[in-house]
Amino acid sequence: MRIKLTLQNYLFILPALIIFSIFYIYPFYKVFQLGLYEWDGISPVKLFVGLANFKEIIFEDKIWWRSMLNAAYITFIALTFQNTLAFCLALACDREIRLRNFYRTIFFIPPVLSEVVVGLVWQWILDGNYGILNSWLIKLGFPHLVRNWLSDPRTALNCVAIVHSWKGFGWGFLIFLAGLQTIPRELYEAAKVDGADAWQMFRNITIPLMIPVMMLVAILTVLGTMQAFVLIIAMTGGGPAYHTEVPVLRILASMRGSSRFGYACAQGISFGIILVIISFIQYRFSQKARQIY
Amino acid sequence: MFRKFKIINILLILSLGILSCDREQEVKQPPKVVTVWHWMTDRKDAFAELAQQYEKKTGIKVNFELYAPSDAYTQKVRAAAQGDTLPDIFGILGEMRDFASFIKAGYVEDLTEEMNKDNGRWRNYFFKKALEVNEFTLDNIYGVRPGIYGVPIDIMTIQMLYNKRFFRELGLDPEQPPQDFDEFINIGKRIKERGLQGMVSGWAELWMIDCLANNFAFNIMGKDKVIKTIKGEIPYTDPDWIKVLTLFKRMQDEGLLYNGIVTFINKTAEQLFANEKAVFAFNGSWCVNVYKGMNPNLDYGVMLPPKVSDNYPRSIWGGAGSSFMVNAKSNVKKEAIEFLKWLTEKEQQIFLSKTTFNLPANKDSVIDIHPRLAEFADDIEITTHPRLWGISEFPRVIEAFDKGIQSIIIGEKTPQEVAEEVQEIKERELNKKKLSRSKLVGE
Repeated sequence: MRIKLTLQNYLFILPALIIFSIFYIYPFYKVFQLGLYEWDGISPVKLFVGLANFKEIIFEDKIWWRSMLNAAYITFIALTFQNTLAFCLALACDREIRLRNFYRTIFFIPPVLSEVVVGLVWQWILDGNYGILNSWLIKLGFPHLVRNWLSDPRTALNCVAIVHSWKGFGWGFLIFLAGLQTIPRELYEAAKVDGADAWQMFRNITIPLMIPVMMLVAILTVLGTMQAFVLIIAMTGGGPAYHTEVPVLRILASMRGSSRFGYACAQGISFGIILVIISFIQYRFSQKARQIY
Repeated sequence: MFRKFKIINILLILSLGILSCDREQEVKQPPKVVTVWHWMTDRKDAFAELAQQYEKKTGIKVNFELYAPSDAYTQKVRAAAQGDTLPDIFGILGEMRDFASFIKAGYVEDLTEEMNKDNGRWRNYFFKKALEVNEFTLDNIYGVRPGIYGVPIDIMTIQMLYNKRFFRELGLDPEQPPQDFDEFINIGKRIKERGLQGMVSGWAELWMIDCLANNFAFNIMGKDKVIKTIKGEIPYTDPDWIKVLTLFKRMQDEGLLYNGIVTFINKTAEQLFANEKAVFAFNGSWCVNVYKGMNPNLDYGVMLPPKVSDNYPRSIWGGAGSSFMVNAKSNVKKEAIEFLKWLTEKEQQIFLSKTTFNLPANKDSVIDIHPRLAEFADDIEITTHPRLWGISEFPRVIEAFDKGIQSIIIGEKTPQEVAEEVQEIKERELNKKKLSRSKLVGE
């Protein structure tokens, strides 16, 4: 009877398991398998190279690691600047202020815009010759700051990171706002009765109760930003030189530029593993943070 | 009774026979359909019109399906090859190595026999240079059976263009573009003084940088030395290669390059030149159509990239612009070949050239073409293309070389540093190749 019940239970999850296996596990297995070959994506002959592709990624491909660092930098800006902005705006919109719904809509416009459109518009704003930014800088009396923002190696990556944050803060804003609205108002009222000021309420009620939401936003930010590439293709194409190259662009370059499908698959797997490790660390960190508060 | 039955039977058989005859007449063979996948947005309407004409003439329907941009098209063709769903006619964008892989995998029909039929009637339609990029010669390094595997639809050359109005403003003769590099540099000084922008090109797309660098390299050291470098017999740290890289530094230092050139895709560069924001442009013959659409009043001329040395003749990239291949596994292979023969006949090529402002691949069709196109066509004989060199450089090396030039332009690295980095990558790739070869031999 018990075996029958167990089998019955497994039968219920079988469709989901089959779909998951077909669309996730099998492709992952195939990508890993291809990563063990040198293959141009067309030829019927694949040369088995074992872990050589992975070895090359780890020990020889300096550009790959540079692209990882660039992605990490953009992620750092997103985690700090983007999420702080999103949290502050969510706090503001959580209060009883005028035009609250209007602001909520406005803040969510950038995320719904196409990344290509955003990239091209910002490329135009930041253009070194006819861009609005330079024009304003001159009008405001800062001609010494005028530069070609996207082809200057000192500013290209920062520009990309800021535009990415501008484009992405709306998601964080929305999740933070949803999280803030789940905090029972009674807690704030009780704290007020006990004589707590705004800072104390923020520190002792808002922050502790928002920790899980913050962790969720942080994980989503890391995963989303590390994999960013459409915006970068539209703005700089990875250039100048390798200054705005990110891992996904390198994977594309291996597939399209070099016709090294096997190597590209190995890069994809390595990148996936790195993201899983980062997410795991973040998860452990969030567990610790919950315990502290 | 028996007689009656017999008559009824005969009538029944006769009527069935008549019915079946009628049915045979009714069941017509479905019209044959040839499917073509292409990426040429500018030729969409012209192809559709030609397809209609062909259907009227032969009853064979030709479906032109457009997949753009070219990057997406390349991926679609690759995916279709892996899934064995390639159309009857398609194009292979990429290097000779990729073309060879498609052939070796059995996806491309060998057209040599068709080309050589009737004393090479079809073959003789084309410019020699146009056909060469689709041909694999004896002892080619790719291991492909010698033959012609593609049909050129048009030809192109990549050269420099100059704005004649700006030339007049700068006190220069618009009919006398600079011939050598020093003259070019001197114009750069005038450009700087007048606060204009120099040369624009899509140098975020690495192949365009590679193209000009190769022009310079052929002029400085000759084809043989370039090929020897690709073979690994001469290092990129050779003084001649440093000279090539230094030319880019000089162009940047003398104000000849457009501010931000390294982040422009070619479409942006075309817009800037068409809107008269730059004195020079580096672009292919397809630009005639593009500029016409963007600014029909643009007054410009075509010139060869300036001569940088007297040692070797100048050479520019060119040859077949777009080519079509026939799917070797197609059910309508014969019809596909016949259609391509018709498409490359004089009348159709003139039609394509007139409606799309591209240079025709059929050498008898270069009549009554746009004057700028004629200027591009004049230099077809001095064209070269990496596909014709019989050997391909490692993609990683090409990338390092072109990205290195970007680094020189943005003032981040010196030509010497770039040359050393490129050579380091070259040696690594050569070692890797040796290892994989020994592994193959071992197996």
